[in-house]
Amino acid sequence: MSKDRDMSQALLDQVNQALRLGTALRIQGGNSKAMLGRPVTGELVDTRNHRGIVSYDPTELVITARAGTPLLEIEAVLHEAGQMLPCEPPHLGVEATLGGAVAAGLSGPRRPWAGAVRDYVLGTRVITGHGKLLRFGGEVMKNVAGYDVSRLMAGSFGCLGLLTEVSLKVLPQPRQCLSLCLPMGRQQALAALAEWGQQPLPISAACHDGEALYLRLEGGEGSVQSARQRLGGDELDSGFWHDLREQRLAFFDDPAPLWRLSVPIASGALNLPGRQLIDWGGAQRWLKSSASAQSLRAAVAQVGGHVTGYAPGEDSSAPLPAALLRYHRALKQQLDPQGIFNPGRLYPDL
Amino acid sequence: MNILYDERVDGALPAVDLPALLQALHQALPDLAILHRAEDLKPYECDGLSAYRTVPLLVVLPERLEQVQTLLQLCHQRGVPVVARGAGTGLSGGALPLAKGILLVMARFNRILEINAQGRFARVQPGVRNLAISQAAAPHGLYYAPDPSSQIACTIGGNVAENAGGVHCLKYGLTVHNLLKVEMLTVEGERLTLGSDALDSPGFDLLALFTGSEGMLGIITEVTVKLLPKPQVARVLLASFDCVEDAGRAVAEIIAAGIIPGGLEMMDNLAIRAAEDFIHAGYPVDAAAILLCELDGVEADVHDDCQRVAAVLTQAGAREVRLACDEAERARFWAGRKNAFPAVGRISPDYYCMDGTIPRRELPRVLKGISELSEQYGLRVANVFHAGDGNMHPLILFDANRPGELERAEAIGGKILELCVAVGGSITGEHGVGREKINQMCTQFNRDEITLFHAVKAAFDPQGLLNPGKNIPTLHRCAEFGALHVHHGQLPFPELERF
Repeated sequence: MSKDRDMSQALLDQVNQALRLGTALRIQGGNSKAMLGRPVTGELVDTRNHRGIVSYDPTELVITARAGTPLLEIEAVLHEAGQMLPCEPPHLGVEATLGGAVAAGLSGPRRPWAGAVRDYVLGTRVITGHGKLLRFGGEVMKNVAGYDVSRLMAGSFGCLGLLTEVSLKVLPQPRQCLSLCLPMGRQQALAALAEWGQQPLPISAACHDGEALYLRLEGGEGSVQSARQRLGGDELDSGFWHDLREQRLAFFDDPAPLWRLSVPIASGALNLPGRQLIDWGGAQRWLKSSASAQSLRAAVAQVGGHVTGYAPGEDSSAPLPAALLRYHRALKQQLDPQGIFNPGRLYPDL
Repeated sequence: MNILYDERVDGALPAVDLPALLQALHQALPDLAILHRAEDLKPYECDGLSAYRTVPLLVVLPERLEQVQTLLQLCHQRGVPVVARGAGTGLSGGALPLAKGILLVMARFNRILEINAQGRFARVQPGVRNLAISQAAAPHGLYYAPDPSSQIACTIGGNVAENAGGVHCLKYGLTVHNLLKVEMLTVEGERLTLGSDALDSPGFDLLALFTGSEGMLGIITEVTVKLLPKPQVARVLLASFDCVEDAGRAVAEIIAAGIIPGGLEMMDNLAIRAAEDFIHAGYPVDAAAILLCELDGVEADVHDDCQRVAAVLTQAGAREVRLACDEAERARFWAGRKNAFPAVGRISPDYYCMDGTIPRRELPRVLKGISELSEQYGLRVANVFHAGDGNMHPLILFDANRPGELERAEAIGGKILELCVAVGGSITGEHGVGREKINQMCTQFNRDEITLFHAVKAAFDPQGLLNPGKNIPTLHRCAEFGALHVHHGQLPFPELERF
């Protein structure tokens, strides 16, 4: 905790200087999500010195920490109190920070059952494109005063302002956790997941690698045990889910480009060139493929989904319909009129 | 300070040539239902916050998307303000009409378009009632989780606009957590899709921004909500306490034991007595506070958790803990809570319902503050509290027929909200700002934050034609409101002109 520092004034000064000089800023925490979006040219804003947990009261189910706080530190403190971040944000690097996790908006295997990062964001402090340090939301579960600027920040990749502090809702760890491996084909797995999804089963993660369906059960002793008996299969080391979240399964070693497909949960099997790993109970598909972004996007759009490339460049962010892009630009223009925050990270001119 | 639209502080509204507007509407939309006679407009003069009324310029009741689109284009060209409304059950005046604006009633868009059990979603028009979604999903063993107390009447479009809550938010979230996609029309009548049929969508999270934006950013034309499997069982415990502090501590202890109840509600003595007198739920009328704790899920887990919670409640000082022995008793325990508002309505000619949220640990301090304010203003206050998520609903009892009582009720209500902000809470948990809490926004947010909210609005509606005057106060209003609350001899917003 000796490394805790409030550097918000220094960050504010840096933003105000950039506004005066018209300098673009490249916001960076642990630089663990650099494979997403487009490369940004600009003066570095390093958030890692602005770190530390500001407040945490387990009985309030809220933790507030500075943006540069390592995710590892936050998870360790929560773990000690028997709690967790239910959205399991991927680290993708040991230096991953809270600010980066919220700005990237990525969620782990529990996503379809527990919600995304944005669902747990209760409040933020943000340095805006007008050079002000402002507070939105707060530390209470329910708050509908004003526009929900805090949740807008989640997944905005720093393009709308510099996050300096985040309050997140946290939850108790489940009383029991048990993972299973059930050998079966892809079609059969997707059909089973669609059926189980309509029943009150304690499933909290579901992945299929082409050979077997991997399930995580979480809940009370009674529900986990009865589901385990009903579903059968072999027990699996729960470390599997960590490796899936951190892209450390053997699947990710394939040298072909990595794509993330976000599709409606009951989409069924997708016939695409390359190797696939099904995550989020069917709603997220990892694809290793040398096919063009354009061809993948066209195929995935057919089922109502979209494709993100996990390599920096033009093909990373899925394109937006023209009307929606216009409102993205209008919002950027209003919140960051000089365009200093991570210009072009998500889309050109944004 | 009056909360009805005041052009002097809320901004000038364009003058409307009514005959010309009516003619243009009839010409462009010959089959659109338009109400314009005084006796037809009167029923639409307020929403659920009936203390405040304004007769709208016109009421339109479209049935097709193209009608709404043409109407918006026409209003945009002519600079006519548009206030959207669903069932009009909102409690903050979010659908309060404007004398110079059209009231756009979306209630005729009432079709359920798709219930997809495998995909666990329902696609519905905005005028579909909240409860109708769960009823349509029930044959599949699914339901829509958010359950505001007005769920038999309120529409999903209004729920999205207000980010409505209910008694199960701690475990199942608010409206924003249970949406996949919203189809909307911009102020210019352009169609936009926010969110998608997948769990996320590219770009900024405009769905999150739009949810709870109170009709200020666009008009909702279709909503896709998530459906959840219905929990196998639900059980409810009723615990009585001799002091409110013990009840508050019990709530924290339940959470500390790693249990997230489906519902966790608190009522104070005045609310208990009113509810018992009305419903005969079997509440202990001499208790200082009761807690209702509902546990839902799979049978075995619920059984274990009931035992754990009962032990925690006893340990925290509950003098009695009762488990509803059957479904009938469970329904009775809940009936007392769910009818707390009308029950209070029986013991007082009028009541005014507040909606502040606080960090739970501040509960004893805030209840003490409310009781002091109650004495100071000479008005009784009954407290009903979503204890699990820190959302308070103090009910201020008054008699509008006694001169000055409504004003005192408003004043004490404002003070209670300011107290919520002072302990780190919010002026509204689920009812919205609307017109009701427009002044208190100036307490919760500073001028730079309010300026940023106006910037968000300008990105979608630069002319300010959608629901003008709601949700975000003008800096002028804050300056005047602030002048009534001078802190430490310093005026907030010192550089603004004051009249």
